[in-house]
Amino acid sequence: MSSIVPVVSVEGLRVRFTTPDATVSAVNGVDFALEPGRVLGILGESGSGKTVTLRALIGLLPRGHSHVEGRITVAGHEITKISEAELREVRGTKIAMIFQEPMTALDPVFTIGEQIAETIVRHEGVSRADAYRRALDLLEMVQIPSAVRRLNSYPHEMSGGMRQRAMIAVALSCRPAVLLADEPTTALDVTVQIQIIVLLRQLQRELGMAVVFVTHDVGVAVEVADRIAVMYAGRFVETGPTETVICSPAHPYTAGLLASTVLGAAQGQRLDTIPGTPPDMTSLPPGCSFAPRCRFAETGCHRALPPEFALASDHAVRCLRVAAGEIAVAEP
Amino acid sequence: MRPLLAVDGLTKHFPLRGGPLNRTKAVVQAVDDVSFEVGAGETLGIVGESGCGKSTTARLLMHLVPLDHGTIAFDGKAVGAGAGLSRRDLHRQMQMVFQDSYASLNPRLPVAMSIAFGPLVHGLAKSASLARARDLLQAVGLDPMLFANRYPHELSGGQRQRINVARALALEPRLVILDEAVSALDKSIEAQVLNLLIDIKEQFDLTYIFISHDLNVVRFISDRVLVMYLGKVVELGPVDRIYREPRHPYTKALLSAMPSMDPRRRTMDAPLSGDPPNPINPPSGCRFRTRCPFAEAVCADVPPTLTMGHDGRAVACHMLVSGSGHRRA
Repeated sequence: MSSIVPVVSVEGLRVRFTTPDATVSAVNGVDFALEPGRVLGILGESGSGKTVTLRALIGLLPRGHSHVEGRITVAGHEITKISEAELREVRGTKIAMIFQEPMTALDPVFTIGEQIAETIVRHEGVSRADAYRRALDLLEMVQIPSAVRRLNSYPHEMSGGMRQRAMIAVALSCRPAVLLADEPTTALDVTVQIQIIVLLRQLQRELGMAVVFVTHDVGVAVEVADRIAVMYAGRFVETGPTETVICSPAHPYTAGLLASTVLGAAQGQRLDTIPGTPPDMTSLPPGCSFAPRCRFAETGCHRALPPEFALASDHAVRCLRVAAGEIAVAEP
Repeated sequence: MRPLLAVDGLTKHFPLRGGPLNRTKAVVQAVDDVSFEVGAGETLGIVGESGCGKSTTARLLMHLVPLDHGTIAFDGKAVGAGAGLSRRDLHRQMQMVFQDSYASLNPRLPVAMSIAFGPLVHGLAKSASLARARDLLQAVGLDPMLFANRYPHELSGGQRQRINVARALALEPRLVILDEAVSALDKSIEAQVLNLLIDIKEQFDLTYIFISHDLNVVRFISDRVLVMYLGKVVELGPVDRIYREPRHPYTKALLSAMPSMDPRRRTMDAPLSGDPPNPINPPSGCRFRTRCPFAEAVCADVPPTLTMGHDGRAVACHMLVSGSGHRRA
């Protein structure tokens, strides 16, 4: 797997936000590499740093208020080093993002057609007529019914599912190599959510895009991701192929998250929950951030941050028990 | 056995007014002829997509919005002006927990006061009310020594939802309506609150109406489930049977739209296309017909009635009634 050049590579990413009162350590050392045409699902609860990681990848964190450390390379561009002008060139053509709430991500005073055409004209310098033709193709690609009419619709005239499709069309307008998706199906009804998931998977395959998909929903992550990274307190605590992480989780947090996710079978029985609440990101414990909630925690866990241990060539876990050989995961 | 709550023909249409003369331009048929019963000690789940009327149903049951038609009887007594049970009496028996844990608490009251407020206005002495609040804090797993004097903004979402549960229990109700009560919580916290709900149901001998869009959670907590689509009941019955073998085409589509949770068996095709239609001027006849793969002429002409089958399950679909005029019937 290592011979292919990754299209996204992240090394030692740390993001801190400073306010007069406190410093929030939102991301605390994230490393990963993503090859072209692969889908990474980042699974985590609110405040785990998944959205901040995504925004760092596309350079959307407010410069001035946020402190970003580490190296982020997207399609040969070092996001943390380049100027705002260069960043504008990279966004759209190399990397694009879709958001949870299309109503706030789309501009309410321009039609969908204008918003797609604007991106194409800006990046490729084609005529507006050509850009509109491309916009129509894009709306058909994201399967919006009666696309010709919808080109002239404003976002408020569309339903939630259709707006999400339109936002995907805007994001894909300049054929980015990497698509970032920040909970794009969370605000949708289940019957619409599955349509968007199936569409995204189909487009990803057809266009050969790499996708980073952030979600809090285990089911959604399972549906879209080739690999899953479970995030807790700004770190990846477990990364591996979707099947390995879901079917034989090694980190106690992953196991706890899966056990507390309600699934059909165990009706009315008490759930096996993770005690306590997620840590305060302004004052993280020095050791493993999950140790205060972990039933297996020992003194060593509270003392120092566990490094990543490789359980298999493609499965890494930040847990001392794994290092001590207390958990051995059978290859599925 | 007499049901604890019996609802018959519940209807609520919201007029949309506009223009210079403020005339009614359209009608949102939020809830249309909904009937069901809830037995003492059971949990009835209500599922459906946004705009299907599940929250309006909850508000109608609580008399938070006036109803257009229909009757509600609590423990055999009719509810309403001049009837057996006044609104005030009803609220002693029936309480509600909302989705937004922050918006439903008074930000200027310490949480113990919020919990004690109900008993206080219903005539309990202040000291007794506060004592009850402390007991309830204990019951929902929050140490009264630590939490009684805190304000809502000092608590996490899960803790605030525990406070809301405690407040709902303060009048010693028999029925609690939980309207998306765990939907805003993270999964690990959601599981904790679900466990709490199971525990206090047993401890306080409660009956639940559990409203949610999360099909997994509804299956987990409910005994029976009611599926709504655009203001109508489409299927009602024991939760196991409906989840194992749904009868109504909408229930089938809804259940197969759930993410699979099994990486080896991903969902390949979306069961429905498009979004749910607007409840303003819904389709004639069967409201699901515009998205139903089996729709025929009869579905546009005649609204199907909710028909009880012999397996304790009611379904509103022409395909399941012989002689309805549908070719598959």
